[in-house]
Amino acid sequence: MLLLVLLQAVVKAEIYRLGATISAGIIAFAASFGISKIGTQAINATARQPEAANDIRTTMIVSAALIEGVSLFGVIVCLMAFFF
Amino acid sequence: MQKISRYLFFIVLFSFFASQSSFAKENKIDLDLKEFIFGHLEDSYEWHITNIGDKRISIPLPVILHSKQTGWHLFLSSQFRKNNGTYKGFSIAPKGSNYEGKIIEYDASGIEIRPLDLSFTKTACSVFINGILLIVIILSVAHWYKSSNHVEAPKGFVGFMEMFITALVNDIIKPTIGDNYRKFTPFLLTLFFFILLNNIMGLIPIFPGGANVTGNISITFVLAFCSFIAINVFGSRAYWKGIIWPDVPIWMKAPPFPILPIIEFFGIFIKPFALMIRLFANIFAGHTIILVLSSLIFITATLGFAINAGMAIVSILFSVFMLFLELLVAFIQAYIFTMLSSMFIGFAQEKK
Repeated sequence: MLLLVLLQAVVKAEIYRLGATISAGIIAFAASFGISKIGTQAINATARQPEAANDIRTTMIVSAALIEGVSLFGVIVCLMAFFF
Repeated sequence: MQKISRYLFFIVLFSFFASQSSFAKENKIDLDLKEFIFGHLEDSYEWHITNIGDKRISIPLPVILHSKQTGWHLFLSSQFRKNNGTYKGFSIAPKGSNYEGKIIEYDASGIEIRPLDLSFTKTACSVFINGILLIVIILSVAHWYKSSNHVEAPKGFVGFMEMFITALVNDIIKPTIGDNYRKFTPFLLTLFFFILLNNIMGLIPIFPGGANVTGNISITFVLAFCSFIAINVFGSRAYWKGIIWPDVPIWMKAPPFPILPIIEFFGIFIKPFALMIRLFANIFAGHTIILVLSSLIFITATLGFAINAGMAIVSILFSVFMLFLELLVAFIQAYIFTMLSSMFIGFAQEKK
């Protein structure tokens, strides 16, 4: 009985918005954490061997874009929770 | 004198914001944020350019329908603006119905049904415009090579395109595909330039640009489907053998629980699916952010002069930054799509 009232309150208060926004924040944090690791290693590798700078830069950008692709999967799910 | 003219410039600029804020407060203009943003991101039956005062300026596009009751129809979408929204029994579904925003008709019992809709919508029109632009650009570059036997290297735009295309072929396509890379080069280069041009045209705010092409999941689905066909239809025997009966211990592929073949089978579909979602989400998110930042000015219009002017400065700075970032994303996403497609094709072409 209490659960029913609670569920109704949750729906009316649109708490799904809270879930979607917190998830978007977690996704942003996770993606930036992953990509910062790539950036760090790219800088270290370039410092060790400056001739390979171009190859390292290309690899870094490609890996960053792939990770961003995964994070945007999550953003799409948040958008769907928000608007549907 | 220069200092005074600099201050004068800023004073004139701020006075625009003051008049805008008081105008909005008097007329109680309410911004429907959702309609504003989704209006720019979704497909529509006309190409809306601007509103001058109360007059709505838009380019009507052809509507092509086939209804089971009344057969084929061809008319301009401006017919939906006259006669309060209906034309020959067709109307655009209102808010709240299943087919919101799309053309529907009512059958004998009053239920909404969708006719077969082959209309030339804004996205389709933009694909045509961008396609023609792409053909003109690339063929004019190719024409230089056909006309008279040149001994020197090309200069100017042709030289730039040659540098670009040889970089793509030598750095992405040749290393990943291997020996028969020339078979797939036309497809991959077309893919790259199509995605790049459409991404860039999506960032230009006025007429030929501004349609959200690659941010539409149907378009990216078709691009990923073309990659899917290029990967699997031309796959070598070794590729299919590696999916159905790979070179692993027998307990991973034997009939009671063929784990690895099942995983590989799903992998055939998930790789192009990831390509589709990656491109769609990047471009869609980028357009959404730019629209939201631009609409910050209008949201704060009724809240007084100070907030509006401050928000306008913030919005302009962020919008310019985001637009530069979106240019970079446009190029990177085209590069990634092409690179991953050529890598998958390379895997499928392996002979051993």
